[in-house]
Amino acid sequence: MTTKWLEDHANDPQLVIAESDEDVLLYDTGHIPGAVKIDWHADLNDPVTRDYVDAEAFARLMSAKGITRDTTIVFYGDTFNWWAAYALWVCSLFGHADVRLLDGGRQRWTAEGRRMTTEVPSPSPTVYPVVVRDDRSIRAFKDDVLAHLGTGPLVDVRSPAEYSGELTHMADYPQEGALRGGHIPTAKNVPWRRAANDDGTFRAVDELRAIYLDELGIRAGDDVIAYCRIGERSSHTWFVLTHLLGLPNVRNYDGSWVEWGNAVRVPIERPGYPAPSAG
Amino acid sequence: MVPAALEEIVEDFRLSPREMRLQLLLDYSRSVPALPERYADNHEALERVAECQTPIFVAVEVADDRVHLFFDAPVEAPTTRGFAGILAAGLDGASVGEVLSTSPDFALSMGLGELVSPLRLRGMSAILARIKRQVVMRTGTSLGA
Repeated sequence: MTTKWLEDHANDPQLVIAESDEDVLLYDTGHIPGAVKIDWHADLNDPVTRDYVDAEAFARLMSAKGITRDTTIVFYGDTFNWWAAYALWVCSLFGHADVRLLDGGRQRWTAEGRRMTTEVPSPSPTVYPVVVRDDRSIRAFKDDVLAHLGTGPLVDVRSPAEYSGELTHMADYPQEGALRGGHIPTAKNVPWRRAANDDGTFRAVDELRAIYLDELGIRAGDDVIAYCRIGERSSHTWFVLTHLLGLPNVRNYDGSWVEWGNAVRVPIERPGYPAPSAG
Repeated sequence: MVPAALEEIVEDFRLSPREMRLQLLLDYSRSVPALPERYADNHEALERVAECQTPIFVAVEVADDRVHLFFDAPVEAPTTRGFAGILAAGLDGASVGEVLSTSPDFALSMGLGELVSPLRLRGMSAILARIKRQVVMRTGTSLGA
């Protein structure tokens, strides 16, 4: 959705605008009028298990944000819509049908000088059904990735230095750490950033086709898995492949490198080292 | 060990109701002092904290055993700025010994983990680690605690 479209449709009662940011305070400093805040971590993640909230908690969240099952949710956020794409993907796990991204996100909206407010809406709670999450269609777990090796395209959307394994060895500082560096065997590196223009918008569809279909060789029926470090940047690529290129079988491996690079005995490819053996 | 000024901030957060804590962090994000000219004109003198997902830069000066901190963090990253504001208010003017013995655990007792996520909270420990390293570099002391 373009910023212009959103401004024209902002008062549509069927539509809810939701801001999802990397920075949890950003919404409170000002947001698109009428937008609700959905925090990737505090709202969509289970507080204990490394997993998303369950069906009841998701229904409660949607209800509190004034969203019904028929609502069009338009997500937007900071840092190239990473977290907006992530939140959109989680809503898709629960089968929410009409989810969209504001092209260019917060960056474009503010760059164009469009109106912002600090006024927080208080929507009336809705009745949102309790829908069990579908973890098969668009989500991949570690074992799914293991079974996938050699059978279909695997896209590593991290930066080249993360892909090559240089980046996990920064001395003595805490980070989203992985004990091992490198990438999952057979993965091709297409940094998420290649799908975006500098103003935060997505590149044109023919440019995206050239990258993912021509260059990477993905075909329409392929079973594709994308991953990054914690699953947010790969949600961005998942959105591109699924919604902009219309590929039907794309899964996001949300465990990503933080899981794979810490897991015992999974195969890892690292330039300059011998290729991993099958066992 | 945590210097008294920082301890007071930790208490403020800890005793605030859940809803107020984010507001308090937002206040600290607004309280980061502007960079003095000698840094604004010479950005290379600041060190980037690579562990924070959003760019934040820090410089440390030590004079008469007192540590002074300078931060540059974008307004589009209020949480990281808030961390900088807390460290500026809590550690600026503390002694070298006090800064070096500040336990990074202080961040865990502020009740922020559940609100901003433990992942984001790690950014604060990372900034502290960089500060300590710079203090060590500037004073030739060893990293005690």
